[in-house]
Amino acid sequence: MKLAGKKRIWADYQKEIPQDNYFYVRSCIRQNFFPASEVTFLRILRQELGKDIYEHIHHTTCSGIGYHSDVIPLETTMTVVARQFALMTEAGYENYACSCITSFGLYSEILETWKHFPEVLEKVRRDLKAATGREFEVPKHLAHASDIIYKMRHEIASRARYKLVNRYTGQPLRVVEHIGCHYSKMFPSKGVGGAEYPYVLAGMVEAWGGEVVDYPERRHCCGFGFRQYLVQANRGYSVANTQKKFESMAPFKPDMIITNCPGCPYFLDRWQYVIAEMEGKTYGENGFGIPVFTYEEVAGLVLGYDPWDLGLQVHQTAVEPILDKMGVAYNPEKKYLGKDGQNLGHPETPAYSKVY
Amino acid sequence: MAVQFGYSINKSNTIDMDTAPRAMESYLLLHEPSFARCIGCGCCTATCSSGVFTQLNLRQIQLRIRRGETQGLLPEIQKCMLCGKCQMVCPRGVSTRNVVLSIQRALQLLS
Repeated sequence: MKLAGKKRIWADYQKEIPQDNYFYVRSCIRQNFFPASEVTFLRILRQELGKDIYEHIHHTTCSGIGYHSDVIPLETTMTVVARQFALMTEAGYENYACSCITSFGLYSEILETWKHFPEVLEKVRRDLKAATGREFEVPKHLAHASDIIYKMRHEIASRARYKLVNRYTGQPLRVVEHIGCHYSKMFPSKGVGGAEYPYVLAGMVEAWGGEVVDYPERRHCCGFGFRQYLVQANRGYSVANTQKKFESMAPFKPDMIITNCPGCPYFLDRWQYVIAEMEGKTYGENGFGIPVFTYEEVAGLVLGYDPWDLGLQVHQTAVEPILDKMGVAYNPEKKYLGKDGQNLGHPETPAYSKVY
Repeated sequence: MAVQFGYSINKSNTIDMDTAPRAMESYLLLHEPSFARCIGCGCCTATCSSGVFTQLNLRQIQLRIRRGETQGLLPEIQKCMLCGKCQMVCPRGVSTRNVVLSIQRALQLLS
């Protein structure tokens, strides 16, 4: 990879990310897929970095899933989003930070629409007022949560207990960074590094000691894509996308994958199990899969948080190989214990993919 | 498969020219060098006598050979009557009749 050229391109796509005072909105699906990621994000910002980040109890879905599945019209989605902005305005915040990539893409799309078609904005204002009595201001800054961790990456690195380094070899861990499609493919200027060379995750990996893996299908979709997954018979398209990525990255022997989207870590994680069951093929070392993480989980690991507090036990592809390589301390006996010490139950052992 | 998922993995339509089997193409280029001049215009197929009654499509066959997709080629090529009208209209002067005969020989040799 010729870094000099990429740095020049990345320089053209730098966005302003606020330093503090965020109004934070969660994702609909991440709380089910990787439930500790958002908690970890809040823990890092509040407890480690001392930032002001506010959540509102009345926040709802942005309706992005319905919009991208063609069941909700854009006008309805705009009014739902306007209500979220009203909650932010009422709470006295101007910096809107969202957990979900699709929400981020949707907010970017709506803000751009309002910028170019102010009459649409006025109509949404009237509709929201009529429906809820609320008024709103357009956010001064829109940031995805990964933008914020990217901005704080050096502060996190300065507090790091572990690095993305293989303790057995002393070499940087080889990390595949996978960016959600809705982060910057629709609006390149809204993402750090643009659409083709987004730097948001690569910057984290480099700051925390890892090495980014470049491979042919690096910008390929994970395969989620809403419509091709929602219908069971169409899921062959979804898993085929994921398989294409893994076939492309496997020769480069990555140690782990880091993602910034709700769907990507889920599908890259789960589909490895499905591919192993269907075709008996695994892509990691020694019959294991390639561990997949959210950026909050990786930040938590770097900061020395307990892997089971990070929710790594809900990953289907075993994460222990990377914990061992990083030298992260963990107790295998506590893997499936809840916070109250009760046994959560043990998942069935798959036929092909290896687990601990 | 231990688990029934209700779907299967769709096979990719991507053709990787680095790994595609090119033995048939190499054989044709060796035994009928004019095959290299084909631009895939389809004049051969448009005038094909056999194509009136069957699905024989010489333009498609040359494309499949170049892509290494040679499975199921024998029943297709056997539809040719060797009338030679395709050779008469070919703007690139490809000896299409010898191409057809060479494909038949290659299929026997490579099978």
